[in-house]
Amino acid sequence: MASDGSGVVTVYGSNGAELLEPSKQPKSATFSVKVGLAQMLRGGVIMDVVTPEQARLAEEAGACAVMALERVPADIRAQGGVARMSDPGLIRDIKRAVTIPVMAKARIGHFVEAQILEAVGVDYVDESEVLTPADDAHHINKHNFRVPFVCGCRDLGEALRRVREGAAMIRTKGEAGTGNVVEAVRHVRSVMGDVRALRSMDDDEVFAYAKRIAAPYDLVMQTKQLGRLPVVQFAAGGVATPADAALMMQLGCDGVFVGSGIFKSGDPARRARAIVQAVTHYSDPTILADVSTGLGEAMVGINLNDPKVERYAARSE
Amino acid sequence: MAVVGVLALQGSYNEHMAALRRIGVKGVEVRKPEQLLGIDSLIIPGGESTTMAKLANYHNLFPALREFVGGGKPVWGTCAGLIFLANKAVVLLSGQKTGGQELVGGLDCTVHRNFFGSQLQSFETELSVPKLSEKEGGNDTCRGVFIRAPAILEVGPDVEILADCPVPVDRPSITISFGEGTEEEEYSKDRVIVAVRQGNILATAFHPELTSDSRWHRFFLDMDKESPAKAFSALSLSSSSRDTEGLPKNKPFDLPIFE
Repeated sequence: MASDGSGVVTVYGSNGAELLEPSKQPKSATFSVKVGLAQMLRGGVIMDVVTPEQARLAEEAGACAVMALERVPADIRAQGGVARMSDPGLIRDIKRAVTIPVMAKARIGHFVEAQILEAVGVDYVDESEVLTPADDAHHINKHNFRVPFVCGCRDLGEALRRVREGAAMIRTKGEAGTGNVVEAVRHVRSVMGDVRALRSMDDDEVFAYAKRIAAPYDLVMQTKQLGRLPVVQFAAGGVATPADAALMMQLGCDGVFVGSGIFKSGDPARRARAIVQAVTHYSDPTILADVSTGLGEAMVGINLNDPKVERYAARSE
Repeated sequence: MAVVGVLALQGSYNEHMAALRRIGVKGVEVRKPEQLLGIDSLIIPGGESTTMAKLANYHNLFPALREFVGGGKPVWGTCAGLIFLANKAVVLLSGQKTGGQELVGGLDCTVHRNFFGSQLQSFETELSVPKLSEKEGGNDTCRGVFIRAPAILEVGPDVEILADCPVPVDRPSITISFGEGTEEEEYSKDRVIVAVRQGNILATAFHPELTSDSRWHRFFLDMDKESPAKAFSALSLSSSSRDTEGLPKNKPFDLPIFE
């Protein structure tokens, strides 16, 4: 990866220690191919599902990928306990049910969960703060994998640290399982606002800025030149209505994850389709009005003013 | 100046728009059937073909797209766009879900939707493209980014083959099922077609929009016979010389993601 010099996002240094015998370890894809895989999801909606039937419903509604989970974040939040990787058998069943890509979550830092998911053949791995972190200091070295990773962020520094570790796609953390979009909006405004500020900086100022946000200088400079993150950025956490989804798109996201908001609502099929159309036509209020009509009960959700609500977004830096 | 539409339902439409901006052409994101009336040519980008087909269905785009393709204006499909334009698409690897999606049609060929295997088998390679370089200049090769890519199994007599690709040796065995109840057969050739042209239709299985090489986009624009040949010739020459100067010979093009 580092030496061939053909990747668009230059990553310096070693790919890290070999974790597996060379004959067993899949050859890592170039980072650019993994970023390209994530670019194919642009303009789409990714839905959390827990059964093959839900996956088919999501595909029929127009989702561009599904996230295979044992419990949606709202249930993880309500039931408590340690949340781990989904059963590989469930993931296989969901993969057989649909033709669109299937994602699955691994715990933060749990590289063996990621190895298992790659072996099962998932199309993307989400190193997710929604599951209980396995390592409170380190994330997975994602360059050791062929499968592309998506990671969460709350600000530009966190986003670029994940990209440096090998994330091919970034999402806002938001606050999963709450149906409350305020944290996702905070995170995307933080990222996009910082990118706009970064674009205006003199090159001399970028070194200090990179230090301040604790991000690799080469990625900060690349972000400045591109005018946006070097990988696609999806909204996630608390999106529950077509209006929420269109809001995130107009704030600058490339697509939307919808977790509990679909299957915790009164009419999942209709809501799923409405959110897909809202993401495609996010700047057309006439269509948004039509698709927002008569959807039935939205996910009830959680008001984040309650101090007893655990903030998943704070589980990692 | 010609107006190029990019179908912007889902997928890499932003990257096509960036490539068009690089060569100084106005691009319009197309999401509704009525927008097809105001454009001179159309690019159908890569993405999730299942999702794109469903979104096109919701907005009743298929009749308008068929009329656009049949009307003789230039149309270019990349990856999922190639699947859209094919007259026939054979189904997936054994064990995966069967079931078709709606196609626009127009291109006389048979496409295998996941010829190169699963997403983890996505890859980049250098493709030999003598006809492209003959027309647009530059190297005889171009970088091909294959992402969960289809390939073209057979073409009709009117179709011109622009590029083919060696079948990767490390891919799983490709079996082809031509629908329910018929026999499966294995693809036995060592090369497969990945870029074709038929009249006003251009199709590539790979993603030129994910590279900095603008020649495919210029090739596509040159297909518009109604445009003044002189203006396009000048544009082509200036862009071509700008692209090639300063680049070492045979160095792979960089891969910018966004502009």
